[in-house]
Amino acid sequence: MKPLSVVVRTICDIFMWFMAVYGAYIIIHGHITPGGGFQGGAVVATLIAFMLVSHGGEKMVSFVRTGMYSAAETTGLLLFICAGFFGIATTFFYNFLAKQGGLFGSTVPLGANSGVLNSSGTIALMNMGVGLEVIGGLSLIIYFMFRGIRLHVETGSEETGHDR
Amino acid sequence: MTGNIPFLVVGVVFFLGLYAVLFERNMIKMAIGITLVEASANLLLIVLGYRFDGSIPVFTLAGEVKQMVLPTPQALTLTAIVIGLATSALLLSLIMMLYRHYGTLDVREIRRLRG
Amino acid sequence: MNWQIHLPALVLAIPLLGAFAAPLAGLGGKHIRNAWFIFISVVTTVLTMLLWQKVAAGGPAVYVLGGQAWNLTLPSGLTWPIRIVLEVDAFGAFMAVVGGIVALAGAFFSLRFMEKFSGLDKFVSLYFLLVTGMLGMELTGDLFNFFVFLEIASVASFGLVAFWRDRPEAVEASFKYMVISTVAAMMVLIAIGFLYGRYNAVNMAAVGQMLHMGYAEKIALVFLVIALAMKCGTVPMHMWTPDAYTEAPAGVTCLLVGVSQAALYGLFRVCFSLYGASLDSVVVPWTIIVMGVLSMFIGVSMAVIQKEIKRLMAYHSVSQIGYILLGLGVGLLALRDPQAMADYGFTAMKGGIYHIINYTVYKGLLFLTAGALYYAAGSRNLNELGGLARVMPQTTFMFVIAAAAIAGLPPFNGFVSKLLIYESTFAVYPILAVMALVTSVLTLASFVKVFQTAFLGPAKAKFAHVTEAPGSMILGMSILTVVIIGLTLFPTWALSHLVEPAAKALVDQAGYIAAVMGGGL
Repeated sequence: MKPLSVVVRTICDIFMWFMAVYGAYIIIHGHITPGGGFQGGAVVATLIAFMLVSHGGEKMVSFVRTGMYSAAETTGLLLFICAGFFGIATTFFYNFLAKQGGLFGSTVPLGANSGVLNSSGTIALMNMGVGLEVIGGLSLIIYFMFRGIRLHVETGSEETGHDR
Repeated sequence: MTGNIPFLVVGVVFFLGLYAVLFERNMIKMAIGITLVEASANLLLIVLGYRFDGSIPVFTLAGEVKQMVLPTPQALTLTAIVIGLATSALLLSLIMMLYRHYGTLDVREIRRLRG
Repeated sequence: MNWQIHLPALVLAIPLLGAFAAPLAGLGGKHIRNAWFIFISVVTTVLTMLLWQKVAAGGPAVYVLGGQAWNLTLPSGLTWPIRIVLEVDAFGAFMAVVGGIVALAGAFFSLRFMEKFSGLDKFVSLYFLLVTGMLGMELTGDLFNFFVFLEIASVASFGLVAFWRDRPEAVEASFKYMVISTVAAMMVLIAIGFLYGRYNAVNMAAVGQMLHMGYAEKIALVFLVIALAMKCGTVPMHMWTPDAYTEAPAGVTCLLVGVSQAALYGLFRVCFSLYGASLDSVVVPWTIIVMGVLSMFIGVSMAVIQKEIKRLMAYHSVSQIGYILLGLGVGLLALRDPQAMADYGFTAMKGGIYHIINYTVYKGLLFLTAGALYYAAGSRNLNELGGLARVMPQTTFMFVIAAAAIAGLPPFNGFVSKLLIYESTFAVYPILAVMALVTSVLTLASFVKVFQTAFLGPAKAKFAHVTEAPGSMILGMSILTVVIIGLTLFPTWALSHLVEPAAKALVDQAGYIAAVMGGGL
């Protein structure tokens, strides 16, 4: 895909990081506002799509390093399942951090209030795990689907010879 | 009667999606039909949670209210949306690979497995 | 003893951990990844057997995810569980054992079969996600959780069927499977939405306690029966089965057989434990019986004319599902009438449930032998194969055992379950038993054809270089062979210890509800 005009490219350069910060805000505040892991991760992954549309395919392909996004995906998933395993003294997925006072452990006062970020225990950890995973996963989906339509020729990366 | 309109919309969207899956020839249109069927199922789940005169189910933003709409079907719908996303991504990738192998997007041409 | 109360959750959590950590294991190279693959598969199978032992000794196991008991933190006025509750009774534990065995066999087989593919990290992840989805469908006590695990298993299987991505037929098969399976899953979701809207609960025991038939429940029942019957491969929704089972790699096909059994488990859990006493008409049991008979007949008729060995076996898969539906449909028919249940209903249910484990092990073994033939000889077409019994003796031996079991020859396990189905369906309508017998004869005919064409006959020149399949593939196949021979030698033990508790647990709707609602935890 060809890059668009210089106005669009400049706005993309500015706005891309705003999307990343906004997505991180939605992920981290998932337990007190509507939002959470999947929604925030999808917002962050749109920056890859934005870059694809405005800067063009070649710049996006050289920007995305698949190793980093795969690592983010695996880290997020492992954080999720380990947060489940650590509470297994009572039951699997037990919220062992809630109301303990440490990381994510303060209690929430009753009644309408402005929200306490430090609460809700393992739910916040699992939110961030899912958020990391969705960032990695959706960015890789956009990247591989773009490479799959083969608008520019690549040599030496064809997969052949498994069969027939 | 006007309270039933959301459920009628669910039915209409479901049958539109089903019609697209069954009778369309272009594979991308079949994928759009599947997305419509998923949308109708999600809409049904959200509409079921509505309570008359309820406010948003967020404890910190709602203020002084007597009743909130149910948050549980919203959680179920979120899960269903994520599942729908994974399915759509995989479906579109398969359509791209089919186009590369067979050279056409017409589903009636893709019939090498028969009998 | 203390850690055994966590068994239902561990059976689901260990394969999930295996799936998520597979890319890490892949970083270490081929051998570490294979070692992780085998390690997690063995641990999962051992855990399912321990779970079965625990349930057989102590009654249904109830496990609350995320809290100590489900009624500790309920707001006042709400009397049913809102946390996700795993409930394992004898039928669920039986299905989990079946799934674990077939997953282990497929894992051993895939070690050498898949070695020329790239992207094997993703294969191991998808394989474990499919195992998690299958086991999750069989252990859960919550309707929406069942839908989530159904979708996990389905999406993983779409990826695995299309894994041979250079073949256009594999991608076509996965596309066909995907379209119909997604529409079916959405119908399941709409049915769950109807039930949730009526009763404000998604827990199976809670809905089963409160259910009485109305218009919305009938629509939900129809959607659930049709969608779950589609996932098993029942006629008239069976079009995806030959394509998907043929084009998947052979170890994956073995596991897909187990996944279709998990969907069958869902179907019977809905019919017996959710709707059981409220089903007041005979339409649903007769629909299941008619679909079963059609599956038997159409499956075997289409199978006799096939030329490709895996497609032939996939059509036989459709026909064997018909036997199970026939047996359990007759049991559902007799559910309202205790006299009928004692006469023929309970025997039909025992036959159907015993046929589940028999079908899974011998069909899995047949698919694995077809995969071994393809790996060694390079072809799946019966017109080209021939004379391979001399060079592949162990594969031939295991094929003979599996073919004798599926054809219902005495003394193998297939004969026992088919005899139970024949004698109970004869009491309902003699013609059903006659059709089952005819199907069995045609099954025998087609497997004699396969055996004679592929294995017997003169040795062909182009197969001069063929050797026996590698050791790990033989090990995978021999796990299933040992299970078949074990069931053949000890039929009374299998019937009284494996099958009868499962049948009793399925019929006992009140016991299923009381395990969750009655005592709390």
